[in-house]
Amino acid sequence: MSRNLILGSALSSLVVLAALVSFVWTPYDHAALNIPDKLQPPNAQHWFGTDHFGRDMFSMIMVGARTSIAVALVAVGIGMALGVPLGLTAAARKGSWLDEVIMRGNDLVFAFPSLVIAILITAVFGAGAINAIIAIGIFNIPVFARITRGAALSLWEREFILAARVAGKGAARISAEHILPNVANLLIVQGTIQFSLGILAEAGLSYVGLGAQSPTPSWGRMLADAQTMVSFAPHLALIPGLAIIVTVLGLNLLGDGLRDWLDPRIRVARA
Amino acid sequence: MLRYTLKRLLSLLVSLAVASVVIFAVIEVAPGDPASFMLGVNAQEDTLAALRAELGLDVSKTQRYFNWISGMLVGDFGTSYTYRTPVSQMIADRLWVSLPLALYALTLSTLIAFPAGIYAAARRGKPGDLTVMGATQLGIAVPNFWFAMMLVLIFAINLRWFNAGGFAGWDNGFWTGLHSLTLPAIALALPQAAILARVMRSSLLDILAEDFMRTARAKGLTRRQALWRHGVRNALIPVLTIIGLQFSFLLAGSIIIEQVFYLPGLGRLVFQAISARDLIVVESVVMLLVFAVITVNFLVDLAYAAVDPRLRSRT
Amino acid sequence: MTLYSVRTCASALALGATLLASQALAKSDITIAMQLEPPHLDPTSAAAQAIDSVVYTNIFEGLTRFMGDGSVVPGLAEGWEISDDGTVYTFTLRDGVTFHDGSTMDAEDVKFSLDRATAEDSANAQKALFAGIESVEVVDPLTVKITLSEPNGNFLFNLAWGDAVIVAPESIDDIKTNPVGTGAYTFGDWVQGDSITLNRNPNYWGEQPALETATFKFISDPTAAFSAMMAEDVDVFDNFPAPENLPQFEADPRFQVLVGSTEGETILSTNNKQAPFDDIRVRQALAHAIDRQAIIDGAMFGYGTPIGTHFAPHNPAYVDLTENSAYDPEKAKAMLAEAGFADGFETTLHLPPPSYARRGGEIIAAQLAEVGIKAEIINVEWAQWLESVFKGKEFGLTIVSHTEPMDIGIYARPEYYFQYDSTDFQALMDTLNSTTDPDERTRLMGEAQRLIADDYVNGYLFQLAKLGVAKAGVQGLWENAPTAAIDLSAISWSE
Repeated sequence: MSRNLILGSALSSLVVLAALVSFVWTPYDHAALNIPDKLQPPNAQHWFGTDHFGRDMFSMIMVGARTSIAVALVAVGIGMALGVPLGLTAAARKGSWLDEVIMRGNDLVFAFPSLVIAILITAVFGAGAINAIIAIGIFNIPVFARITRGAALSLWEREFILAARVAGKGAARISAEHILPNVANLLIVQGTIQFSLGILAEAGLSYVGLGAQSPTPSWGRMLADAQTMVSFAPHLALIPGLAIIVTVLGLNLLGDGLRDWLDPRIRVARA
Repeated sequence: MLRYTLKRLLSLLVSLAVASVVIFAVIEVAPGDPASFMLGVNAQEDTLAALRAELGLDVSKTQRYFNWISGMLVGDFGTSYTYRTPVSQMIADRLWVSLPLALYALTLSTLIAFPAGIYAAARRGKPGDLTVMGATQLGIAVPNFWFAMMLVLIFAINLRWFNAGGFAGWDNGFWTGLHSLTLPAIALALPQAAILARVMRSSLLDILAEDFMRTARAKGLTRRQALWRHGVRNALIPVLTIIGLQFSFLLAGSIIIEQVFYLPGLGRLVFQAISARDLIVVESVVMLLVFAVITVNFLVDLAYAAVDPRLRSRT
Repeated sequence: MTLYSVRTCASALALGATLLASQALAKSDITIAMQLEPPHLDPTSAAAQAIDSVVYTNIFEGLTRFMGDGSVVPGLAEGWEISDDGTVYTFTLRDGVTFHDGSTMDAEDVKFSLDRATAEDSANAQKALFAGIESVEVVDPLTVKITLSEPNGNFLFNLAWGDAVIVAPESIDDIKTNPVGTGAYTFGDWVQGDSITLNRNPNYWGEQPALETATFKFISDPTAAFSAMMAEDVDVFDNFPAPENLPQFEADPRFQVLVGSTEGETILSTNNKQAPFDDIRVRQALAHAIDRQAIIDGAMFGYGTPIGTHFAPHNPAYVDLTENSAYDPEKAKAMLAEAGFADGFETTLHLPPPSYARRGGEIIAAQLAEVGIKAEIINVEWAQWLESVFKGKEFGLTIVSHTEPMDIGIYARPEYYFQYDSTDFQALMDTLNSTTDPDERTRLMGEAQRLIADDYVNGYLFQLAKLGVAKAGVQGLWENAPTAAIDLSAISWSE
């Protein structure tokens, strides 16, 4: 176990724990307004202070962790669920028109400016957590398709696959039974990285007002709300910012640590 | 090589055609009528119809799609619904902000990333390497708009070294223009520099493990000499690829940073146009960005194929 | 010395003298920031207030005009006569007024402008202002006769709007990008996405204004607005978007804060035709569930005047009806129970982009939740709001500030988006429109205010404040906003 892995899992579990605990307990009701108590700096009653409506920031950060994790996790799920089968298919049919179509399709998605498209999607279908998930998820598909195909291609050259083919197994079965288990490590590592990118993307979308809508707290929207008040209530911007940094940092360290631990030869794409 | 080029060219054209349909379809289903947006709440139905006719919005969607595409093929991007000026002119104006900003940010990130990456690779596993790697982890984790907010708070509001935003214009001199792009460029450059430094380091480490490096060491070069003479140069290929990717990202991805610093760039143009339902502007800018990325990818692929014939069989 | 060189010397001296004089005098240029950029510069073919802010009275003038206190005074018309039956207005135009291109402004231009606004294919966003005009006749170059189909007590007021300014047929084609008017400033330059510059018009018919050039800078982001002001990038912020920052400007001797009123009645618009809001008891419950002061404190940081009806408190005819819908959650719950909604109900709350709506909406949603009404917040952009709320009427509740001056008349339009259909009110408005006696008008306006308050048509929240921030030395800024305008000719630097 490397230092990265220990620190990464510690930070990530902290955030996940906060999100889980928020289902059963938060110090205050995260949505309860208390305007006379607004803009308090961190103190004994409100550990992270209160926001411009007098809501308890600590409770909001806890519930906000839930939003961030949910959006990023589902987006990664979409990317994997669609990207991995595409990648496996492309590899199994290497050089065919199917492979060509899948890979060109990937290039095409990559060619779109992701943030602009995300903004467009939310502008068209309305702002909200679901549309944020879709917007982020779409751009995860080619990432997983590409790395799955790359890894699968080299596996197809290996002898144990050849043995399976000789035994009469079809391409689909080989992909599911032999290729997939062997790319799992890679997918876990890449998944962690995409998870952290998803957290950042969600924060960015919420920041421009296109992520989860009130009263669901979201770190990005907390930052957007804090913008004009940062000069007299800096805790409003510092705390959600640090929450994002801790989460992303934790996941990235976890990803690196997992890679070293599972298979040091794995190369992850970071884009 | 010719066959390969033709094949790639064909797929480039197909990609562009598909992209144009997707862009048009997504944008046209957006709810909101540009004419009623412009005329506001008290507009009468006949007034709206008159404006729609004036904007060319009264023909079918298919017809509009072909008008748009055929215009673009001859370099006519149409006329903005709200500003009533040619879209190509608007894009050109905005590029004078976005392009220099992207270049500036890229330069800064390269200037930070190269020394950091080389230093870390040279001291692999030592405290220096760990510090640099820790810093890059942090750099990747910081959302750039949050970093931008902090920069404004410290350098514009408290220290007043820089303007809080806005663009002074190149007319007032190169340095004035550059000065007003400095904070946004730093905000954009930091996360990019962190990624680039990591790529630089790992690419160098790969090269250092190669046989010819061992040969170089065996010839009597010191570790440092070998690193500089052979390592850095050979490690540049993957690094340059990343830089290319980052450039196109910066061009379109500065949308939030342009918002924070109220820069009249391409990203803000798109943002404004989306909320004003200036559909033709959104369509044309997005199409242009997609075209740029696809074309750059195409050229990179060709360049690689020219250098390394093995790649031609890869699709 | 030849005559020629004497003259050059003399003019050089004169030039030197003016230079010295202008150095001794205060600054003669100003940078004024505003939140929105105008889409183009034709005030007669768009609703965007940003257009009026830049061009109204500066570039374009109408027959009458608004002053900063909301009064209507002669503009390009020197005076007028109204026939006894109130249907014929004869305007005498000012002599010697020229457009910026040198052509003379005369009765033909007035006819052209008004005919253009009333035409079949007119693109005027406020076409209803001109609805009563039957004909416009040129009597002589300086006299215009306008005949109305029926008397209209608001006609002079309507002509003062930015949508009624006088334009010239010669320059109409390029008006959107190169506006040519009669005002004290000429159009200079437009760096799209950034700024518009106006220059003083040396041939202006009226008094020469103090400022030589004015730059309007567009800063939409509230944070950027704060930083730009603090860093002194701009001299004035016309309507500062972030009320939370005003205490900081007030505490800083470099700045002055001007708190005034606008014509914006900020209301919780209610879809009167959609169940359960078609039940007056539900609307009344809604009104009692809302704590106005909490909204003003929370969303506007204390700036704004509570209102109990759709009328501006600074208007002499205003009636304070806030008690009619005082905050009383218990009463609200009781009324809901009476209407058969003891367990509350679900509805939607559409919020357009301005912060009064987004922040106010969060507070209102929380307040409604207290009495059992679950309002789902849907943030929309203006384009979407127009399409689905204003035109489609697919909404339960929405928050919007109605910024047109004296717009209580919208309640007489049953098809208007909140769909209030009351024959009593419509009859009242008809009487008001044909009444010219000021006292009687005041009485009728009071009656109209009471009627809509008693019917609980909408939730009446507060009158939007105009929050101006400027450097300490700037004087002559409008404190209130009777219409969207930045009257440059009144502005100067002290010292």
